[in-house]
Parts: sequence; C-alpha cells; structure tokens
Amino acid sequence: MKVTFKIWRQESPKDKGAIRVYEVDGLTDDMSFLEALDHLNELLVLKDEKVIAFEYDCREGICGQCGVFINGRAHGPHDNITTCQLHMRSFKDGDTIVVEPWRAAAFPVIKDLIVDRSAFDRIIEQGAYISTKTGTAPEANAILVPKDISDRAMDAAACIGCGACVATCKNSSAALFTSAKINHLNSLPQGKPEQHKRVQEMTHQMEIEGFGNCTFTGACEVECPQGISIINIAEMNARRMKANWLG
Amino acid sequence: MKLDSKIPEGKLEDKWRNYQVKSQLINPANKKKLTIIVVGSGLSGAGAASTLAELGYDIKCFCYQDSARRAHSVAAQGGINAAKNYQHDGDSVYRMFYDTLKGGDFRSREANTYRLAELSAPLIDHYVQQGVPFAREYGGTLVNRSFGGVQVQRTFYARGQTGQQLLLAAYSQLYKMVRAKKVEMFPRSEMLDLVVIDGKAKGIIIRDLVTGELKRFAADAVVLATGGYSRVFRLSTLAIGCNGSAIWKAHKKGALFGAPSFTQIHPTALPQSSEAQSKLTLMSESLRNDGRIWVPTQKEDSRKANDIHEEERDYYLERRYPSFGDLAPRDIASRAAKERIDAGFGVGRLKNAVYLDFKHAIERFGLETIKDRYGNLFTMYKKITGIDAYKEPMQISPAAHFSMGGLWVDYELMTTIPGLYAIGECNFSDHGANRLGANSLLQASVDGYFILPNTINNYLASEIKTDHPTTAHPEFEKAEKETKAFIEKVLGINGTKTVDYFHRELGKVMWQECAMSRNKSGLEKAISQIKTIRSQFWSDVKVTGDDKEMNTELEKALRLADFIELGILMCTDALEREESCGAHFREEFQTEEGEAVRIDKDYSYVSAWEYNKGDFKLHKEALAFEFVKPSVRSYK
Repeated sequence: MKVTFKIWRQESPKDKGAIRVYEVDGLTDDMSFLEALDHLNELLVLKDEKVIAFEYDCREGICGQCGVFINGRAHGPHDNITTCQLHMRSFKDGDTIVVEPWRAAAFPVIKDLIVDRSAFDRIIEQGAYISTKTGTAPEANAILVPKDISDRAMDAAACIGCGACVATCKNSSAALFTSAKINHLNSLPQGKPEQHKRVQEMTHQMEIEGFGNCTFTGACEVECPQGISIINIAEMNARRMKANWLG
Repeated sequence: MKLDSKIPEGKLEDKWRNYQVKSQLINPANKKKLTIIVVGSGLSGAGAASTLAELGYDIKCFCYQDSARRAHSVAAQGGINAAKNYQHDGDSVYRMFYDTLKGGDFRSREANTYRLAELSAPLIDHYVQQGVPFAREYGGTLVNRSFGGVQVQRTFYARGQTGQQLLLAAYSQLYKMVRAKKVEMFPRSEMLDLVVIDGKAKGIIIRDLVTGELKRFAADAVVLATGGYSRVFRLSTLAIGCNGSAIWKAHKKGALFGAPSFTQIHPTALPQSSEAQSKLTLMSESLRNDGRIWVPTQKEDSRKANDIHEEERDYYLERRYPSFGDLAPRDIASRAAKERIDAGFGVGRLKNAVYLDFKHAIERFGLETIKDRYGNLFTMYKKITGIDAYKEPMQISPAAHFSMGGLWVDYELMTTIPGLYAIGECNFSDHGANRLGANSLLQASVDGYFILPNTINNYLASEIKTDHPTTAHPEFEKAEKETKAFIEKVLGINGTKTVDYFHRELGKVMWQECAMSRNKSGLEKAISQIKTIRSQFWSDVKVTGDDKEMNTELEKALRLADFIELGILMCTDALEREESCGAHFREEFQTEEGEAVRIDKDYSYVSAWEYNKGDFKLHKEALAFEFVKPSVRSYK
C-alpha cells in the first residue's frame, strides 16, 4: 500500500510551519495509522532527516495522549475513536492523507503535530476533585449510589482528555471536557458538598484559558472517542446557573 | 551484602500495626522543611505525591508524558481486588493473602502479601470517597466479580475502565495538592540519572523533553514509581513510552534488582498481525468470567469459528484445570495457549491465536447483560479488528504484560540505597513469581497511599538533622556530565540502522527465550545474542536531530540502550533459577503433564542482583514461611 502524506512540520512554537509532502510505500492494511507514521519516521532517519514529532502513549485508546487532524477531521475519518485506533485499512492505495495538529488558541503547537494541552490540567486543578485526605474515608457501602446515577457518572467520567472536542469545535470550546468532569463529580453524593464552587471555578478557568464559548453545534460529541454526549454541556449550564443563585 | 527485609515482629495480622506503633514520627513543622522527589505519576506515584503533600512534605513530581493523567495505570481494565466479603462468599483478609501468596507460587514475603490484603478494604473506601464511579447494584451497594486464580468474588470495577477511573481520581487528588502549592508537577520530564551523596539518594537529573535541557533536582528522599519494563520485549500490552531507565540508572548506582526475569505473560491480548506492529492490545481478563476459551480439535482447521461444531472444540483450560477452568491464573492460561498454538491448533490468519467465545454466555444471560458487563471491550475489539464479537468469538493470544520483578525493596519499600524508595510495579514485593489479576491496581495504590507515607518518616526523621542537599554538590555535577556524555555518545554514532530496528531484534530474542518457557541453552544463547545487539547498537544506530530540542527519536534510543542491558540481566536471572515457579517456567523442570516443578529446598529465595561494572552478582534473600506451608500450586 502506498499513500501520500501531507504533514504539518513546525520546528518550534515560534516557527511559522508548513505542510510537507511524503510519498510512503510499503504500508499494509493492518498497520495502525500511528504505525504508518512510525514507518515514515524510520525512512526519514535513514535519509538523515529529523523525525516527525507526534504524540502517543498507550496506543489502545485510553490514555488520551494521541490526537491529530486527519483529512480535516479530529482523530480521522471515523466517529468516536482515537487516532491510535485508526488503521490503514480505512484508506485506499494511492490516497492522499493530510495530517495536522490540533488547532486552538489554548493549545499552542510545541513541535510538528504536538500541542500543549496543559490548559486542561489547569481546569482540573480548579476543583475537579473531592477534598478529602487519604485515611478519612467512611466505609464504602455507607454511601449508597443508585445504579442509574452511578452509570451516568461513569458515562461522563469516561473522558480521556484528548482534546478532540476542542480541536473540532469552530469556537475551540472546552465545554464538553469541562462539563464531563463537573457532571461526574457533581452527580455523586460524595461530590455534593463542593458542587457549586466546583462548577463556578472550573468554568471560570475554562474561560481564562482562552477556550471559546459553546454554540451547541454538536461537533464535539461526534469526535469524542468515549462518545460523551453534549447533554453534559446543557447539564453543566444548568448547574452553573443554580450555583450562581445558590453558591 | 546482607539483605535485611525489616519484617516486623509478631503474628501475621499484627505486623503492620506493630510496625506503625514503633515507626518514627516527624512533627508537621519539620515536614515542610523536607522535600521528596516522586518520579512517575501513575497510581502509586500520584497516590504517594498527593498523600505526602497532605502530610506536609514539599513534593516534586515528574512524568515523561504531557500530563500526569496519561500514566499507564490508566489502561488497566478489569478491576481491583479487596477483601470486603460483600458477596458473603467466604472471603477474608487471610484468604486473599493466601490466594496472592499461592498465586505467586510462594516466592514473595508472607508479611508483605498479608499487608497488601489487609489494606485492600480501606482502599476501596478511599476510592469511593474520591468519587470513583464503581459498578453498583440497583440498591446502591457495590458490585463484585471474579478474577483468575480465585474462587470468590472480590473484584471491584468501573466498567472495563477501572484503571482509568482510579488513575483519574489519583490525578485529581494530585492536582488538588498542586493547587495547594504543596506539589510541583513537572510533565514532559524524564529522569536520566539518580544522584547519590554519601551513600544516600539525594536527587535526580532529568531531561526536559521540550527543550532537551538537562536539569538537577535535589531532595531529602527520592521515590521511584516508574512502572513496569515489559517493553523490553518490544511487543507488549504496555504504553509505548513505558521504560526501565529510571530503575536501571538506580540499579547502576547500587540498588539491587529483585527477580528481574519474573514477567507475566497475559493470556488475553490481541494477536500480532504484522512485523510493523508496535503494541499488543489487552482484552481484560474479566472476559474470562463469561467467555470460554477453545481451539479446534483438528489441527490447522481452516473453517470459520461458527462452522466448527461443539464436539469439535477443545475447551482446553476446562479440560486441564476442571476446578478453575477458564479462570485459571494468567501464567497457566498463557502457557496452555502456547502449548496448543505450538502444537498446531492455533487459529487466525497467522495461526497464533485461540478463541474466546461468548456464545454460551449470551445464550444464558442475554445479550443485554453481556453488553452491560463488557460493552466497551467489545467495542474496542471491533475498532481494532473490525470483528463483531457478539456474533463470532474473539481471537486472543498471550502478550508480555507485567513485571513482577523490579528494584528489591524491604518492608518499608526502601531499596538498598538509603533514601531511595520504589513503589508500584517498579519494585519487587508482593506478587512473587506471578501476579493475580486485579492485584496490580491494588498494589500500586496501597504502596502509594497507605504504606510509603507511613514508612518514609522512619528514614526522614534522621534526615532533618543533616544538611539539605544542594544541586551545587559535585555529585550533581558528575551525574549531569555523565548523562550529557551518554546522550552525545548516542547522537555521535550516526550509523545505518534505526532505534526501532534494534528494539525489534531485542524483542525477538527476549520473546523467544525469556518469555513463557525458558531453557538453559536458549538463555545462554540469548545472552550472547543480546550482547551482539548491544555492540551493534553502540556502533551502528542512527539518531537524527539534536539533543537541545524536542527529539522523540533520541528519547527512544536512550530508553533502548537501558533495555538492552536489562535484557541481559533478565536472561541471567532466568538462567540462574533452575526450577519452575509461577511465570518462570524452565522446560527442564516440569512434570510429565507439563506442570511446573518448584524446588523449594534450593530456590526458596528472592534473587537480588548487584550491578558490578557490566556484570551481575547474585545476593539471596531467603524466604521464611512461618505461617503458611508452601504447597504444590495446583488449579486442577
């Protein structure tokens, strides 16, 4: 299998960056997309060129570290998967594949396809936790959590923090990411004591990081590898309103 | 060198309490004068960093990923064990202790293993309080399921994403303490050397992975929480960045390495499909609760799975191990799969897999129940293979998964270098020669949250009186210089082969000779082959780019250089141990039916290896079984 990769190369945050073209042969259907990039990098090394910097770690769709724009879509042509779960059988021999980094003001490019997503960590820092110290917990079954509530908390908690929602959003909004975390914790009894403060502080941080507002296009939930629903955003907005009244 | 395991006095169930009563304390005003470095931000690292910060210490935490939330604990699927006996099925701390000790084939310390079981129940309380959305009954109580090697239901889970949920809880607690300015977090930072001053661990050298700059950090104690090293096989279930460099550097600075060859090969990963493959994806062992494993009774049967009739299927685990059946422990299930595959009964395109079939479970419980239990795993399977496992069986195959081995630690989790601790998967402690499923998240968590924060005081109490180390010390100068030289040497070779080429070569040798079954001549051959790979690497590797920039190729090369040396030690260890125990199966030591033969009179010890100028010297920590009599580990 032979494809033409058009890949964004950018030496450093200050560099302007440009698309470069690579013809790559010797690929197979069952290679993952990232293995195809590995293969290209080996060819580049042997040609005495610098490798393309791209991110990954677990390569099984759970760590959230990988993520690039492929032919204009976050994580490639399929809905609800990560880049590492994409395989070359999704492309045809002779295809041209355009690969770019996440584009968002709050995610500056570090090098080539790698961006800085530390803004997400700073949102988490503003209250995406339950303030208890190790050693202070009551007996686990003393806190009853109905199955439907627990299941919904789990649906929201499944977020892997990859940033595809931001990258695909025309406003670069982090509303899906932030709402998923807020709803996970605020829906559980353990999260109630800090619920209002949490929603206020996390949404505030989201704004000062330079993420845009949500205009409910729904683009994010299509790309989200965990299929997190935009209902979460509506729920977050309701919680925020309530917090502003009561909090 | 005399290895002192520092096991406390008393009855098994009193030892941890006795330890805590006698352990030294540090008052809060003094704690804030002490700095602790934690390398790694997974369950053990983040747990330790946040808890130590809550206690008042100043913490500096490092990880190589872009965020602490990526650490590979995130990928554990199935669950976490705890002796809560919520299912009223006869579980207890003692039974969990015994299962773990037996599961490890009596190659771990009784006291450590008991403590692991003892602290499991409060750990579940702890995670529930942190907001982990564990599976619940309709009435709101917690649900449990079974895991391999065990006949009770003691595994707690959050769908097939338990590791993710526990890690995110630990990560959120870590960031709680970042906000409190008690933890300083350094992502994209890789530890490249340990600094030892006057025999004590006092700091580290890291490479900033964005700028390439080398930086020095000094502290009163150093905690390594760097995870497993099964990427030495290249193809494994681990994240691509997982590496053994931090513990290897510590080993070279004097920390003994315990049972390096004890590696768990997981029975239910997806099979390798091509040479270019970089990773083997794990399918949770929890699938074996309801899935049945089989191969055709006919050799090289090329029919589709659904066309093979019931009477033409060999459910070999149920046949060989009737009392545990499909829930036989991992080492046994892996070896049994290898036996069938090697005998020509393998399935799939490369005939390197076995079937894991849910047909009966779906008939019995209904599609909806199976979807509820394993939905995300079936989805993942479909994403990767394109196959709908609700309609035809999954194809699975054994893959390198977990390092039971690691830096040797005493009961306090301290290595043989004073002030250097190893927690979680990077130490050798509780699992012996084989780890039971769902005990990994448990050990990492218990080490980080509960044990280390209680034991580190015992060392630091005396460090308050000594001067705090500074990075101006000549030892820092020396370590940084050596690291710089090491990097320049790699970049200067400018040979003809890529880093991945050498990693594939190393992986092939390790998988062939030092994985599921091992023998003397194979191991001897492997050692000489790896030495050849080492000399070729150092004369012919090619790494492009510069050291003063983000250079992912250089990162890989530095990790591989250490993996090559570690591979030699693993084979050396496997060669020395002339018995079969747990995951360590020496072909020379088996019964006629192919079961492992353990030789307690000669090998009831933990191998602890000392680095000696490129060579390795063996020390032995004898294992005393005071409370349990080691028995033949049978799951028949």
